[in-house]
Amino acid sequence: MSRYLKFLIPGVLFLILVVFFVIGLQRDPRMIPSPLIGKPAPEFALEDLSDPQRTVGTSDFAGRMYLFNVWGTWCGGCREEHEALLMIASSGVVPIVGLNWKDDRSLAQRWLRQLGNPYETVAFDPEGQVAIDWGVYGAPETFLVAADGTVLAKRIGPMTMDVWQREFLPLISGSGGAS
Amino acid sequence: MIPELGHFALILALLLSGAQAFFGLAGASRGNVAWMRAAVPAVTGQFVFLMLAFGVLAWSFVQFDFSVRYVAMTSNSLLPLFYRISAVWGGHEGSLLLWGLMLATWSVGVAAFSRSMPLPFKSRVLGVLGLVSIGFLMFMLFTSSPFERLVPAAPEGNDLNPLLQDVALALHPPMLYLGYVGFSVAFAFACATLIEGRTDVSWARWARPWTLAAWLFLTVGITLGSWWAYYELGWGGYWFWDPVENASFMPWLAGAALIHSLAVTEKRGLFKTWTLLLAVVAFSLSLLGTFLVRSGVLVSVHAFATDPARGLFILGFLIAVIGGALTLYAWRAPLLKSEAAFELASREAFLLFNNALLVAATGLILLGTLYPLFMDALNLGKISVGPPYFGVAFLIPMVPLLMLLGVGMHAAWKRTRLGHLKRPLLALAIVSAVAGLLVAAFVYGEVHYMGAVGFAVAFWVLSSTLLGVWENRGQLGKAPAGFWGMTVAHFGVGLFALGVTGVESYRIERDISLGVGETTTLQGYQFEFMGTRDVRGPNYRAIEGEVVITRDGKLVKTLHPQKRFYASGGNPMTEAGIHARLNRDLFVALGEDLGAGKWSMRVQYKPLIRYIWLGALLMALGGLVSMTDRRYRARAPATVPATGGLKGRVA
Repeated sequence: MSRYLKFLIPGVLFLILVVFFVIGLQRDPRMIPSPLIGKPAPEFALEDLSDPQRTVGTSDFAGRMYLFNVWGTWCGGCREEHEALLMIASSGVVPIVGLNWKDDRSLAQRWLRQLGNPYETVAFDPEGQVAIDWGVYGAPETFLVAADGTVLAKRIGPMTMDVWQREFLPLISGSGGAS
Repeated sequence: MIPELGHFALILALLLSGAQAFFGLAGASRGNVAWMRAAVPAVTGQFVFLMLAFGVLAWSFVQFDFSVRYVAMTSNSLLPLFYRISAVWGGHEGSLLLWGLMLATWSVGVAAFSRSMPLPFKSRVLGVLGLVSIGFLMFMLFTSSPFERLVPAAPEGNDLNPLLQDVALALHPPMLYLGYVGFSVAFAFACATLIEGRTDVSWARWARPWTLAAWLFLTVGITLGSWWAYYELGWGGYWFWDPVENASFMPWLAGAALIHSLAVTEKRGLFKTWTLLLAVVAFSLSLLGTFLVRSGVLVSVHAFATDPARGLFILGFLIAVIGGALTLYAWRAPLLKSEAAFELASREAFLLFNNALLVAATGLILLGTLYPLFMDALNLGKISVGPPYFGVAFLIPMVPLLMLLGVGMHAAWKRTRLGHLKRPLLALAIVSAVAGLLVAAFVYGEVHYMGAVGFAVAFWVLSSTLLGVWENRGQLGKAPAGFWGMTVAHFGVGLFALGVTGVESYRIERDISLGVGETTTLQGYQFEFMGTRDVRGPNYRAIEGEVVITRDGKLVKTLHPQKRFYASGGNPMTEAGIHARLNRDLFVALGEDLGAGKWSMRVQYKPLIRYIWLGALLMALGGLVSMTDRRYRARAPATVPATGGLKGRVA
């Protein structure tokens, strides 16, 4: 390498960094697309939160569109989105299936008694095994699953009515709504 | 009316920084003495007006002037005076003002304490600092003025982020910024050297005390932040490898490398271009940190409200400053040559390893910090890089660095001879290795792989540092401050390694739920939960738990961890209850109320954690001691006395 070229290296490295920064500035690091989108939702079968004898699984929703919401009583964001979930549930557009993640069964049951239950059913996942299959980063997360079982959208962080109307509802009406 | 004065003062400061840059650089290149002299009053004026602006903002906080948007955003009428003052830098706009003020402070310092430098060099240094200041003040005035008004005025303020309502964290930003901004001085020295194409190395001697000062403030700032995170965030961690933490740690590492390479350049005229590059890089990393924090390109728990316009502005600024300096470097550095040669085990060689390893550590952290950004920009998906990567990546260069440190500080300049120290050093190395293993096995009862290595390395650094003192026992009175600074700082490094090893290898953490009267036992300590009560603070109410710790039936301490709810709303804050001793901390944090008197709780046993902060503070103290070395105060660039007959020379 020439004597002079070597002194250019720091400048060139910096230029490369700048290119990445320019691209990075155009993006929002909180928008995390899920690799699952457009793919079939991972199957699961877990105990029902309210009744350990019962099993909840993907087969229960075959042919129906549903929201899949990951939550836990230890999670502040879940408390925050609870109102929105109740409103979505009462609108009756799609059923909400809960995944109670790494939680205590009695605490979770009390949470639903005290705050109201937006879920059609809640699967109990104390080990977090199903959450791993679904690629959950942290609670709360909400997936929209189509009637044919493909994942249509994913939201990281608390669900709000605004996000629901802007990002989820168009997808639902676009695919023919809840069956 | 008063806030407008502040705004006006900012504008005047901007104009003066322009004058400073122009007269400093143009005066020097045209050899116009009157112009060069004019740079000094421009610096002073800029400092005075920034002080005024800062004073005005502080006054607005003290007076609860909620017609100022920034005041209304970051304070309210319940906030105690101390935090109203610290709220001045509790948000984006105010912390920029603090940045600007500190830059002016450093510039005034350079103007005042630079009589030994030739006038053209000094005015170029001030000129470069003026350019940096222009960028910052424009950024403040165009995108983030702290003096913007609210019409109509808010009836009540929003409050200072409760996380920031803490003494350590009130002092953390000023220290950190003093460090960040302080590297601008070394940067300006390097740029002035490159502009002049100076082939002598006197700049290295001039730059050393400034670099030490910047680095020591950064050390204190990071330490305060780490200590705060430990007792306030409620997780009991002292370092999270968060992008914002990394942003402060990278300039620290580069600064540490710079301190050492400046020594080589000053003493031996070697590494000239490398040292110049490091001086540019240390400050560039400080600016980069600011960009990463303010622009929102990375997700961080610390991030201020971000704004793409600000991000774009800082990016432009970054390109101008760093790009400009690196272009200057590519153009001028090839003209500077190092001629002297050195041998493999000479002090120069050890310091070269030191630099290579510190820079490698910096690079690995930079890579980890920016990796998510790279991946996203290349559409390879969003990922996050966490402590598992950093923990390993950081150790890879650090363990050899500490091993070499123990020998390097005894090595002589130029020659490959450790002389009569060879045997004692070998003995210390063996004793340290055995002691590390024994401590891991018998004190902590488990030969954790990294634990044994960590203790051995820590003992090695500590004992080797003490050997340096022992070697010079006859002439300690005559030892220059530089020797003591080095000794204290290296001892601090050893203590730091000891602390990190203890915590990382042998901490015990337990998350449990406890009802009143229930107990849990950790490492022989019994924690009994006595219940909670409500307490009130000036602007918060809190639930305070009582946990009685006993050992063998004897009371150790009653801890009162709190969960605070600030009147302004937001998330509750955790105040951990901590019983600190040199050999361990006992840590209790309240989690959630589980009902029926039960609480989820985080109980931890943290061996040796105090040494982490103690070691860091010793490093800073070492820097301070080194700064007082006589030869930095010499008016004439006198030939440096060849460190007398002192063995284990001073770098």
